[in-house]
Amino acid sequence: MTDISEQLVDQVNAALRNQTSLRIQGNNTKSELGRSPEEEGEIISTSLHKGVVQYEPVELILTARAGTTLDEIDKVLAEHNQMLACDPRRYNNEATIAGSLASNQSGNARPWLGSLRDHVLGIRLINGKGEHLQFGGQVLKNVAGYDVSRLQAGAMGTLGVITEVSFKVLPKPAHGITLIKELSAEQALREMNQLARSAKPLTGASWVDGKLHLRLQGAQSAVSATAQQWQNELQATILEPEQADVYWHGFREHQLEFYKQRNTGEQLWRFSVKPNAPHFLDDEQWAFNWVGAQRWLKGSFDPQELQDFAGKAGGEVQLYEGGDRSGDISFVTNDTLKKLHQNVKAAFDPQGIFNPGRLYSWL
Amino acid sequence: MLRTAINDASGGSESNISAAVLADELRRFINAEYVITDSETQRVYECDGLAAYCELPLLTVLPETVEQVQKTLQLCHEHSVAVVARGAGTGLSAGATPNKYGVLLSLAKFNQIVDIDPIAGLARVQPGVRNLAISEAAAQYGLYYAPDPSSQIACSIGGNVAENAGGVHCLKYGLTVHNVVQVQFLTVKGEFITLGNEGLDSYGADLLALIHGSEGLLGVITEITVKLLPTPEAAQVILAGFDSVKTAGDAVGEIIARGIIPGGLEMMDSFAIQASEAFAKAGYPVEAKALLLCEVDGTYEEVTEHVETVAALFTELGATSVRISQDDAERMLLWKGRKSAFPAVGRLSADYYCMDGTIPRGQLAHVLTEIDRLSHEYGLRVANVFHAGDGNLHPLILFDSSVEGEFEKTEEFGGRILELCVEAGGCITGEHGVGLEKIHQMAVQFNDQEVSQFHAIKAAFDPGATLNPGKGIPTLKRCQEYRSLHRPEHD
Repeated sequence: MTDISEQLVDQVNAALRNQTSLRIQGNNTKSELGRSPEEEGEIISTSLHKGVVQYEPVELILTARAGTTLDEIDKVLAEHNQMLACDPRRYNNEATIAGSLASNQSGNARPWLGSLRDHVLGIRLINGKGEHLQFGGQVLKNVAGYDVSRLQAGAMGTLGVITEVSFKVLPKPAHGITLIKELSAEQALREMNQLARSAKPLTGASWVDGKLHLRLQGAQSAVSATAQQWQNELQATILEPEQADVYWHGFREHQLEFYKQRNTGEQLWRFSVKPNAPHFLDDEQWAFNWVGAQRWLKGSFDPQELQDFAGKAGGEVQLYEGGDRSGDISFVTNDTLKKLHQNVKAAFDPQGIFNPGRLYSWL
Repeated sequence: MLRTAINDASGGSESNISAAVLADELRRFINAEYVITDSETQRVYECDGLAAYCELPLLTVLPETVEQVQKTLQLCHEHSVAVVARGAGTGLSAGATPNKYGVLLSLAKFNQIVDIDPIAGLARVQPGVRNLAISEAAAQYGLYYAPDPSSQIACSIGGNVAENAGGVHCLKYGLTVHNVVQVQFLTVKGEFITLGNEGLDSYGADLLALIHGSEGLLGVITEITVKLLPTPEAAQVILAGFDSVKTAGDAVGEIIARGIIPGGLEMMDSFAIQASEAFAKAGYPVEAKALLLCEVDGTYEEVTEHVETVAALFTELGATSVRISQDDAERMLLWKGRKSAFPAVGRLSADYYCMDGTIPRGQLAHVLTEIDRLSHEYGLRVANVFHAGDGNLHPLILFDSSVEGEFEKTEEFGGRILELCVEAGGCITGEHGVGLEKIHQMAVQFNDQEVSQFHAIKAAFDPGATLNPGKGIPTLKRCQEYRSLHRPEHD
């Protein structure tokens, strides 16, 4: 439990005086995300700014300093049978809460339980004027002022140094069962989309390596009844609980064979599309999660070709890992939108000291 | 009806173009009858759901196409004319009150559901579509749109996005921001922008979230894509009476501690119970000091399991009465009492004023005791309705606007309640927005640096500050004045 916010403010002010840029870092678990900018910048580390500041289990709200690891938060919540419902990627238990928000992390249950963006309620932030500000709060509903807290999700630290995060937590589900079934990619997409439209306690629907996985979680009675029904109707089998945990953990942490069996530097593309968008290319190159709304593709491709597909599929694509990371890895084609991103950046960071070039070459 | 002319609070300034010339220009591309300049016809637009704030605009337009909206914005931008966008006008914070120097831009003609994709669970709709109309259209596919503000029969989805509207099911299903995947809007200059997509997330800073709750200050929304959820198989309501607010509040905490997240969880105090019962005749326990209405939804098995748990818990925690809805008709009747609480309380008085603070649930008993004390201090009655699941408190202050000075007294009382919410660790508005109404209290919740940051965000979208001027974010001067006048002890 240490509060080093004053030192962090001092470091920001020094950078402003010296006109140097800052590279914001927690435990440096996400260095492969975003671009690799030419300018390195001085590291400003929130790693020591840590500790759970407030946690009231009945309020379903926890407040933690930026450098608090998700692992520590998991342990505190587990004492009250609660969890981080958005289930961010843990990165060997070293991921911090602020880094998870800045990169808008989420888990296998994203379509039903949202991402950290959906659960954040308030933040403290040092902006590019060296001001330590507070937005949002420790209540579930708050519409006073602009939603600066959620704006940080995905901003990758380009708008300031997040020093504290308040977010919503939920009770752990009483029971869980995972069903498995062999299917082609196309059949799996059809089946997942169909099942997701029924009012059943589904919290995971993914496909990789020719197998569909469906996770049911919730009240014991509801999970058991649905599992039995789907076992019969879909000819699916129940996966052993330990195997199910390994699978879902592996998908979230990118530890499945699909991810591991990649050549060094091989490109990994991430699509965020309409869940029922059509499938293309060979099955082996793909892994699907979130009912098909998140799709991972391995290999070298013409970015324009992938962008065209993503556009028709109602979404977008980014070069998630590998490839040339000094170029742009996501594509904004609308000049007005580009200008807006630049204006918002300047509103928080007029001198452009925070993580320049991390998100886009032009920001 | 009470009418208060707005003075300096409305912001904005006179443009170099006259109403007559502007109207002529607008009639070049908008049907002449939808460019309204006479005050009699414009009277219906002079206020939103908070009728205490009235103003007539320079003129009113009702464009029928996105291109017409675009041209209107371009024209207004060229002449630095303020623009106030308006949906159904059901807002409760005077966020859509017209600006006397500006154009009132009604989006009422944009009332079409463009497309429903039942497999993807998405509906693409125009901003003037009513909230409830989306669920009605989706019902044939076994789907619905989850956020349900009390005004859902009338309020429009564009306004829901602008205010980040909530409702009685927020704890489990979230606010508007959690249920919208894409927004198309026009900037103040009439430039077209799409935020979000039909997937679940986007690369980069979350501008889609920023638009939610921005109260029409950042752009004019022209299309929205919302998520549709499968209609739960079953839902049941457990109604329980308690002999104190504290016991009822503790029961709420206990339900959550047992790992149950109800679809809806509402509380009413004795005054609200009696008023609602007299109005809706739902069979509420009129002798109770507090009432809890707990709806559990999900699969048949889950609902059966949770209803038993919750009912047993209420009894164990000292409920004076417990009733479980036996069918959908009874469930709707029990909800009717709660949903008609505002008009029911309104019947008991010439006027009422609805507040909208949020507090940590644990502070409920303390905050209600303080409100009761203030009620005696001001000599004004208060009924309390509470979204207990998410901590959003709606005190209804009863007053009579025909009594000289009583509205001003009510406003001051309301302001004290909001400040009390902030002191208790909460905020000044949970779902109604700041608008003109709570602009003073922004100075209590935020310091000057934070307010300046809000102004910088506004300038990133609208450097000339012509979109909905004077709302949402106070000027620094106003903040300082309010703090020195009203809260000297904090200086």
